[in-house]
Amino acid sequence: MTHYWNPRIETMEISELEDLQFRLLKTLVYRLYSFSRFYHDRMDENGVHPDDIGSLEDIRKLPFMLKKDLRDNYPDGLFIAPQDEIVRYHVSSGTTGKPTVVGYTEQDLNRWTESLARALSSCGMGRGDVMQVSYGYGLFTGGLGLHYGAERIGATVLPASVGNTERQVEMMIDLKVTAIACTPSYLLHIGEVAEKMGISIKNDTRLRIGVLGAEPWTEQMRERIESWLGIRAYDIFGTSELSGPLFTECKEQKGIHIWGDLAYAEVLDESGNEVPPGKEGELVVTMLQKEALPIIRYRTGDITKVERSKCSCGRSHARIHRITGRVDDMLIIRGINVFPSQVEYALMEIPEVGEHFQIVVDRKGALDEMLVRVEVKKDSFSDKITDLMKIRSSVEHRLKNSLNVSCSVELVEPGSLPRFEGKSKKVIDARKI
Amino acid sequence: METDEYCIKQISVFSENKPGRLAAIAKALMEKKVNILAFSIAEADGFGVVRALVDKPEVAHSILSSLGFNVAFTEVIAVRMKDEPGGLYDIAEILGNAGINIEYSYAYSGKDGAVLILRVDNSKDAIEKIINLGATLLKSSRFH
Ligand SMILES: [Zn+2]
Repeated sequence: MTHYWNPRIETMEISELEDLQFRLLKTLVYRLYSFSRFYHDRMDENGVHPDDIGSLEDIRKLPFMLKKDLRDNYPDGLFIAPQDEIVRYHVSSGTTGKPTVVGYTEQDLNRWTESLARALSSCGMGRGDVMQVSYGYGLFTGGLGLHYGAERIGATVLPASVGNTERQVEMMIDLKVTAIACTPSYLLHIGEVAEKMGISIKNDTRLRIGVLGAEPWTEQMRERIESWLGIRAYDIFGTSELSGPLFTECKEQKGIHIWGDLAYAEVLDESGNEVPPGKEGELVVTMLQKEALPIIRYRTGDITKVERSKCSCGRSHARIHRITGRVDDMLIIRGINVFPSQVEYALMEIPEVGEHFQIVVDRKGALDEMLVRVEVKKDSFSDKITDLMKIRSSVEHRLKNSLNVSCSVELVEPGSLPRFEGKSKKVIDARKI
Repeated sequence: METDEYCIKQISVFSENKPGRLAAIAKALMEKKVNILAFSIAEADGFGVVRALVDKPEVAHSILSSLGFNVAFTEVIAVRMKDEPGGLYDIAEILGNAGINIEYSYAYSGKDGAVLILRVDNSKDAIEKIINLGATLLKSSRFH
């Protein structure tokens, strides 16, 4: 029997849900027009007034929000809640030197948790499950998001975070873990480490559910994970700007349910028009009830397609297909978003190396490895090997600080890196996903 | 004591550890008729520094720079060694007794016998100490 966390909302008729979405949208637009200087001005520039929103379709009249807008208004220029209403911040690295800050009111945290409570329930989790949360905790939204979602449905949470993989395997056995949330590549790594320890995840643990995401993966990976580890693997979607991880597939595994009372998803082509049904495009999301940092028509950069018909699980909420790519050059390294422009900005602050670089990403075993090649500048070349090693470790350190992901650095001869060949040569992604 | 005449101009070239880099350096020097008297390669993980004593350091510097290499001049000194067992020991003992801190060294054995090339923190100080302790230093004029 299908179990719904919030049956009234989850199984609402589509027409009723659309009515609700329209009312929420209209309220959101009035609230933003009144309280957000940024969005007020942007609406004026686009010649749109809240009174022009007379239907859900009129959302197309509203201007977009971009990641750049969050960066330009760093740290809290887009917040419309006063600081004393904000109960948490999360911070992610931005496309350049500046990070992106997301603030949450108590209600924002509640809705984020509610979203995951519905999602985890739809994967068949509930009271009696033990969930190992092996996403990073801290400024990154993955760990805490899943943590509160799983607690809300009465599951037992093991906040394992990332790393110390042998210990993760031991805890999985000792604490009778039934579900895990992490990146698909980290789960494969856990499986490999377990095998080296003489343990089969399939036969020696009670693991039955994986909630996997924060990086692209494929149906083939799902099949491999499910048959090798003896679990059901569900895709999860969300980015920090929207709150964090929010939505997952249901047991049908036919797309990720986007809870329509919380978010409205559009899939658009390059010129900003809705793609025909079943076609891929850029996912644009409006968060209908976010308080501290309202998000309206946010261009996620993720490529997917949307399915608006009722799901065979009984839920009426739209589903997006797994993310198949990016409209920009963003890379995802061990679940962390990395833009080549961030590398460029970090290097500009290091006088010993030039601004030219090349990123090489590969997968060693199950885990991503990033190598950054940089040129040693002529005037900082010393014939001492130790000086060169110091330059290399200082570049590694700076990049790790600004990207939040570790990488190794290779010093190369000046002039040897590609100059004007564009993105294809600057980033070599050798991963076979 | 006149120490300058014992300071020898070595060229140091940054090089990636990949096939053909040493050949590229050697070919450029050959085409400019620069004679390599001694060389060594210091290798780290992924890159290295090629160090060479050549007869025409200025010519070597300019041709390698023009080819895009990172080139630097480095001051080294050259100590004569006996070309027989114990030759290195004699010199090493002198350097140890004199408390000279060596950054790196390499040796070659040529028509003038065996020579130990040294890169030290303070060349002038090292030159005085080595001479006072009775070892023989080669003048830079023997190379360039
Ligand atoms: Zn469903």
